[in-house]
Amino acid sequence: MTLKTEPFVINLGPVHPSTHGVFRLRATLDGEVVMDIEPIIGYLHRGIEKIAEGRNYKQDIPLTDRLDYVASMSNNLPYVMAVEKLAEIAVPERAEYIRIIMAEMQRIASHLLAVGSLANDLGTFFTPFQYMFREREKIVDLFEMVCGQRLLYNYMRFGGVSHDIPDEFIPALCKLVSTMPGFIDEYDQLLAENEILLARLKGVGILPKELAINSSVSGPMLRASGVEWDIRKVDSYSVYDRFNFDIPTEVIGDCYDRYRVRIQEMRQSVRILEQAIEQLPPGEVLAKVSPRLKPPVGEAYAHIEAPKGELGFYLVSDNSEKPYRLHIRAPSLINLTALREMVIGWKLADAIVIFGSIDICLGEVDR
Amino acid sequence: MQTSVTSFNPTFAFNTLPPDWPGNFWLHWLVFTIILIAFIIVSVIMFIWFERRLIGRFQIRLGPNRVGPFGLFQAIADVIKILTKEDIVPQKADKVVFWLAPLVALVPVLMVFAVVPLQSGAMLVDLNIGILYVVALSSIVSIGIFMAGWGSNNKYSIIGAMRDVAQLISYEIPLVLSIVGVVLLTGSLSLTEIVGAQNIPFILLQPIGFFVFFIGSLAEINRCPFDLVEAESEIIAGYNIEFSGSKFATFFLAEYSEAVLLSALTATLFLGGWSGPLLPPILWLLIKMFAVFAIIIWIRSTLPRFRIDQMMAFAWKFLLPLALINLLLTSLQIVFWPEASSWIIVLLSFAILVALILVWSKSFKPGGNKVGI
Repeated sequence: MTLKTEPFVINLGPVHPSTHGVFRLRATLDGEVVMDIEPIIGYLHRGIEKIAEGRNYKQDIPLTDRLDYVASMSNNLPYVMAVEKLAEIAVPERAEYIRIIMAEMQRIASHLLAVGSLANDLGTFFTPFQYMFREREKIVDLFEMVCGQRLLYNYMRFGGVSHDIPDEFIPALCKLVSTMPGFIDEYDQLLAENEILLARLKGVGILPKELAINSSVSGPMLRASGVEWDIRKVDSYSVYDRFNFDIPTEVIGDCYDRYRVRIQEMRQSVRILEQAIEQLPPGEVLAKVSPRLKPPVGEAYAHIEAPKGELGFYLVSDNSEKPYRLHIRAPSLINLTALREMVIGWKLADAIVIFGSIDICLGEVDR
Repeated sequence: MQTSVTSFNPTFAFNTLPPDWPGNFWLHWLVFTIILIAFIIVSVIMFIWFERRLIGRFQIRLGPNRVGPFGLFQAIADVIKILTKEDIVPQKADKVVFWLAPLVALVPVLMVFAVVPLQSGAMLVDLNIGILYVVALSSIVSIGIFMAGWGSNNKYSIIGAMRDVAQLISYEIPLVLSIVGVVLLTGSLSLTEIVGAQNIPFILLQPIGFFVFFIGSLAEINRCPFDLVEAESEIIAGYNIEFSGSKFATFFLAEYSEAVLLSALTATLFLGGWSGPLLPPILWLLIKMFAVFAIIIWIRSTLPRFRIDQMMAFAWKFLLPLALINLLLTSLQIVFWPEASSWIIVLLSFAILVALILVWSKSFKPGGNKVGI
């Protein structure tokens, strides 16, 4: 005799320990197997794009902090780049280097958090998470040193950065750069040599290359699926063309590959930081820009390789103090579109892990 | 009238009262019930404190250190907090089942302690079928957990409850089979005699048995990496998601009492129980219990969680063959080579354990692939 069973609908979130914010996943389960999911977003919608139209260009910089709030520096950067493109502002060389140092430190911090919370989704009771946070804390201390903030930095300005770095910053950064590879290796060894972790990650949630391209995912997710695509190389911005670094890619595109790409990217970021410290020129850090900036009529799009993928800001100016339109291409939101194809057919526990391996930030998804 | 079960009368177990205890059975019963309950409660409080402090150390933080010296009274403060919380019963809950569930989970654990020897002869009853009684009663806890999952009328909790039943059915078998090895060596089911028979602790004579028993008991008390029943990142709190106030406290107590019980059983079956030089016996038992629990905490703060199918595969394809091989080897040794020197057996068993684990873990695939929909 076979028992009559029927699928049931379960709501994961919006208040759930593993949704990394207020994300809601309406999942149809057959026992433990996920048959269908429907992501429901919008719980954190603040209308940032609309608010930005009501404030002047400079006042919009703090708004960008609130997008991906664990990677604020990377959010400032494309916005000021878009405005600079629009108003044709030249950035001093030293400021470009400082921006890159900040962006790469932010990438390490964000990836540490991503790996830590992925381990948390796997059920490791916060231990890797705490160790990742210890390293992230060092980076956050450095950010505090340059701009006085620990989460929402509001550091970049049109034509440079708000303050020059203090004297004690470079020695502290050198210390971080020299110790970080050792820590990354240690954590990678502790995590990636664990049989249970491998069994949970390898082959799970495969995102094929074609699907990855068609769903327009970007960042570590795309590179894990075997596409060598990095804005820093293919559409080089700032002074990235002066550094030697590789684009880590993997082949299969499962959760393990996404984890591995992030670990390797942290190593590459350390490499860039080392070179940036060496090349850092003296000079001004902020070009002279009118506080009541009125860019000429026109439009501009600037994008960078943010920790989570391609982050782009599209600006339309009508020659007033306020932007006519600001649109944000948020990597988290677009990476999320591939979730359904990856999750279906896997167990509930895998769904959580696959979702965690995308590494989204709800501030960016809902805006 | 003659029956086949000749020895079955209610007082059969109490003939073996230790001579130095007052002969009055009821006095003995009263005193020991109080001692046992106090022992369980104090152990649970100490275990909670120990776990939180140790996990704190593993996670480069301090752990609770504000309430009392070294934060020792943190658990007491937590109990006061939990007990004063509002007791919420969901509207659509199956009220009777919901109310009974915490008790069904707690009472069997407390009952099992009746046969656990705290030191020579210091136990409520010295049942001659002690270990069978332990195995039988500790399975009832799962019924309590399933009742909780069913009664709360919540999808998360029913998933947790279903997982628990699957887990119990899978892990009970290797667990019991690993105990059989010990019973074979001792020739008795009584826990006192098992301790008495351990001139060399059975962990040395029965390393495979210990390995299987320890992993099985991790699954039995729903500890990491088998904490799927209350997997926080997946089903939030599993079976006890709808419980609050004193009912939650009861579940919490049941869970930690089971941890105390399994630590005490591991100490009794494999580590020589209360026996040890110099220190008083009860202290030896506590030291061994805390050592076992420290390893459980270590595992909890280190390992990720299994997926449900991997966990089942691990029980049936990895642990069960190991337990059967252990049983076979032990019986062969007892039948064909009873006069073998213990140390040769110790060496042989460890060699076999290492070889088996190496071979098995190479060929074992946790499996579990995508399901076509």
